Amino acid sequence: MLQVKDLKVSIDGKEILKGISLDVKPGEVHAIMGPNGSGKSTLSHVLTGREGYDVTSGSVSYLGKDLLDMEPEERAREGIFLAFQYPVEIPGVNNMYFLKAAVNARRVHQGMEELDALDFMDSLKEKMALLKMDDSFLKRGVNEGFSGGEKKRNEILQMAMLEPKLALLDETDSGLDIDALQICSDGVNSLRNKERGFVVITHYQRLLDYIVPDFVHVLADGRIVKSGGKDLALELEEKGYGWIEGIDAA
Amino acid sequence: MVSSTDHLDSLVTQEYKHGFVTDIESEIIPPGLSEDVIRLISAKKDEPQWMLEWRLNSYRHWLTMKEPNWAKLEIEPIDYQSISYYAAPKNPDDAPKSLDEVDPKLLETYEKLGIPLEERAALAGVAVDAVFDSVSVATTFKDKLYDVGVIFCSFSDALKEHPELVKEYLGTVVPTGDNFFAALNAAVFSDGSFVYIPKGVRCPMELSTYFRINASNTGQFERTLIIADEDAYVSYLEGCTAPMRDENQLHAAVVELIVQKGASIKYSTVQNWYPGDENGVGGIYNFVTKRAECRGDNSKVSWTQVETGSAITWKYPSCVLKGDNSSGEFYSVALTNLKQQADTGTKMIHIGKNTSSNIVSKGISAGRGQNAYRGLVKITKGAEGARNYTQCDSLLMGDKCGAHTFPYIEVLNPTAQVEHEATTSKISEDQMYYCRQRGLSAEDAVSMIVNGFCKEVLKELPMEFAVEAQKLLGLSLEGSVG
Repeated sequence: MLQVKDLKVSIDGKEILKGISLDVKPGEVHAIMGPNGSGKSTLSHVLTGREGYDVTSGSVSYLGKDLLDMEPEERAREGIFLAFQYPVEIPGVNNMYFLKAAVNARRVHQGMEELDALDFMDSLKEKMALLKMDDSFLKRGVNEGFSGGEKKRNEILQMAMLEPKLALLDETDSGLDIDALQICSDGVNSLRNKERGFVVITHYQRLLDYIVPDFVHVLADGRIVKSGGKDLALELEEKGYGWIEGIDAA
Repeated sequence: MVSSTDHLDSLVTQEYKHGFVTDIESEIIPPGLSEDVIRLISAKKDEPQWMLEWRLNSYRHWLTMKEPNWAKLEIEPIDYQSISYYAAPKNPDDAPKSLDEVDPKLLETYEKLGIPLEERAALAGVAVDAVFDSVSVATTFKDKLYDVGVIFCSFSDALKEHPELVKEYLGTVVPTGDNFFAALNAAVFSDGSFVYIPKGVRCPMELSTYFRINASNTGQFERTLIIADEDAYVSYLEGCTAPMRDENQLHAAVVELIVQKGASIKYSTVQNWYPGDENGVGGIYNFVTKRAECRGDNSKVSWTQVETGSAITWKYPSCVLKGDNSSGEFYSVALTNLKQQADTGTKMIHIGKNTSSNIVSKGISAGRGQNAYRGLVKITKGAEGARNYTQCDSLLMGDKCGAHTFPYIEVLNPTAQVEHEATTSKISEDQMYYCRQRGLSAEDAVSMIVNGFCKEVLKELPMEFAVEAQKLLGLSLEGSVG
């Protein structure tokens, strides 16, 4: 469903991604690991259309379409979801209202009817129970005054409600304690199915104990330097990044 | 891909929804201002002699005054002799006696603006006074209100039916010589709304006045007088629109509120006069003097305004807190887009003991708009235990607009507690990216973020109008940011 071919990306003339290729098929979970500054977040930003990045060469095809030609909201409505590393606060905008607007923007785009308030609430309550979130979440502003763990859970809630075809998770584990990590991972795992693809970006192997990937890729200095199965993650945990060729220092 | 700056540059796509002109036969007096013109207006309205004298005195005072120039505004010189000071829809038999007799074209106009003038219509809980150019064309629910002792009528009717009340209160809060525009208004005002809530009465419905400027080359000078007697309560709302025209039109209104012991007035404004185009051609000059006097102990006044229209807005709804324990509130959203300018804020004058005031101002600047908050908090010598809290937040969109804050604080009593907080922020790229990643269009994202920014003010509006105001904010920013 997602084919990234020899993708090169610069910010202000500095090359960050130096030729990335990645092929994600429906139902697969790909983990992208790598040291800080290797370009992991840049990849998630470019795939979701954040401004400020220059794609200098390569291509990205998503469900047969040229992804790089689409506006960020169009990509989202076509089923790409990014769970942010640092979810932003939008003061005064009710969390539930925001979520409903997002869900309906996507439904309208896909030719479905908008959800009415009752159906929306039913579905929302069910998913909130799964993530052990209480009702007060809905009345607060979007991420306004949320703790780090609450923000991440809110991201997973949005993901569950938006039912993406391709979900990107950017360092979802950072800033989470073990309990919160478990809850978020359960949320993600409940969404795994044959159709849905995942790209899980993480610095640490820990997350992959909970969300077990099909493939692991090691990103270093803007290139994928090694790919393998889930065992690669364990090997990394044991030996660090230093043993892989192409990484100067871990 | 389209960047946010490109969206910013596409400002021009904004459209003003209320820009149509009603084709109705009107009686418009020739442009120009003189004692004869004032006599003519007064005669047309069949006014008592004292009213004419009051007008003429104001006019003579006005002649000695100069336009204020302290506001941060660029104003093209106004030629007061080129304005017509009276325009009214022609009606064969004087004023309509009932709603059924109102010209259907007028009813249609208000229908189009979303203000039904039928008493069984959607806004059943709201009584409306409709002011078209210089005259009030209809007032709904008049009789029903009169049954509970509430007087709600046009200013002209009040002068005929309750002259003693008008005479007692008119000009006691905003004196005729208060300022240049107030003096001009006192000389030539043509109509407006009058409200009297008797002792102990809680007005059973929202009262509202809807102002519409239709004729060209005219000014609108209305006067609103609201009196809440002891322990009375009223919530009042005004709305304003005008057709799109290339010339600037002057709207110089005066609003006086009198709040007696234990009484409370809530006054809300949704102002959407034609703002002019992206080059600053046309639009309404909205120069308004609004003041409330809390005369009795434990009285309260609350101003809420959402100002999205007008080429220039110059207004400072104020509270004179005379009674002990009286309180004043000012909640404001002012939005300037295109080449709009706003210099607005409030004055809180603390005179009584333990008086309190609360100011929340939200300024939004987009396009080439200039937005200034100007506020005075004055604690006089005898105002023992006075408190004030002021919060001024500015939101900037793009790099061609401006936000300015001019707070003045004068404290003459050492027991006062005065707090002032101010912030300036931009809609961050992170916020836009986040919203768009969730599938919201850039425009919906802006509208949502702006409404969130204004939430503290919007929640003060009566429910029926809060929804309108939210839409209006989104609409006024259409095409401005991405």
